[in-house]
Amino acid sequence: MFPSSFDYVRASSVSEAISILNNEEDAKLIAGGHSLLPLMKLRLANPSKLVDIGRISDLSYIEDRGDHVAIGALTRHHAIENSQVIKASVPMLSHVASLVGDPSVRHRGTLGGSVSHGDGASDLPAAILALDATLVITSGNGVREVEAKNFFKGFLETDLNQGEILTEIKVPKATGGWSYQKFNRRAQDWAIVGVAAVRNGSTKISLVNMASMPIRAEAVENALSGGASIDEAAALASEGIDPPSDLNASADYRRHLASVLVRRALAEANSN
Amino acid sequence: MEVTMTVNGAKVSKDVEPRTLLVHFVRDQLGLTGTNIGCDTSSCGACTLHVNGESVKSCTMLAVQADGQDITTIEGMAKADGEMHPMQKAFQENHGLQCGYCTPGMVMAATSLLAENPHPTEQEVRHGLEGNLCRCTGYHNIVKAVLAAADGMAEV
Repeated sequence: MFPSSFDYVRASSVSEAISILNNEEDAKLIAGGHSLLPLMKLRLANPSKLVDIGRISDLSYIEDRGDHVAIGALTRHHAIENSQVIKASVPMLSHVASLVGDPSVRHRGTLGGSVSHGDGASDLPAAILALDATLVITSGNGVREVEAKNFFKGFLETDLNQGEILTEIKVPKATGGWSYQKFNRRAQDWAIVGVAAVRNGSTKISLVNMASMPIRAEAVENALSGGASIDEAAALASEGIDPPSDLNASADYRRHLASVLVRRALAEANSN
Repeated sequence: MEVTMTVNGAKVSKDVEPRTLLVHFVRDQLGLTGTNIGCDTSSCGACTLHVNGESVKSCTMLAVQADGQDITTIEGMAKADGEMHPMQKAFQENHGLQCGYCTPGMVMAATSLLAENPHPTEQEVRHGLEGNLCRCTGYHNIVKAVLAAADGMAEV
């Protein structure tokens, strides 16, 4: 399997990449390529041009900025998994990064790539959603910031417009209780259902593979802030949510799993 | 477009289509067929090689992305005189292969693992090789081989 033909250009700066994107409607960014290339090999994506931003070294960093950690979009999963700053300040994020794919995948995949791809079955988009991260987006018009909860719009659809690049992910420090429950049958598989729980003031819960995009379990969050018990809140895990059916699981099974995993996640987040 | 990279210590320059995958480049254009193609979907690890010393699944990387990089394939593991890499020896001595199809990828993933974690536990080896499938299910001896290599390489 190989992709259909495309032109390739390597950008040496964000502004160069933006100007190429602005001049070619079907151009796509590539960094690690571990979300885009599989789609291109299946001919589900056929960009006319790939703009390789993988070598822009000033987009790969992890910085402690007081109340949050700033992560450059090109930071690889492997670096997030092993970063002492992230382990100390946002331990859930380094744990979730360590569960993505396998070590060889994590050597190539980038946080910005995974978040921009916005796959509802991916681990890291759901993690940054539960962590209330802020996404920094750069375009020819300057820089804008979007809350993670307003970033994911639909199936592989995000708030990013053509000509915009996700350049930084700001993750509030979260050293309270947390849990990430990834349910799959085989090592390195995608989650059939996943749950991220973060206790940082209030409790935030996000769900993996329960919708076309990463989503917050708002009914659970509201129940918890209204004083519900873990069991009562977990029973609401799929309220208002229409999970997919596929080869791995029916929608009904996903609803059941979501309740079980939310209960486990809340119990674990309360105990650490 | 022309790409230039170091492959197993030697500089190579070739003209490639941008859509050429790195695994096709090393197999078809360089004739290094030790790197196998298995699932072709970055699941099985048969195509694992090293890019700048780190394991990468070469079915999910473009040759143009490897331009200017340092690539090592299984052919680059043994010394010039044919003496095998300690990991290759450990696979041989511990019967870490049956049909052999996954072996090049296993050796490349395992050496990358030890470069990051020279003294892994058995569990760490098993998790570290999650992305490499052996359909003979010969995992037990593969793990044994990697642990033996870790011991042997530590002595060198």
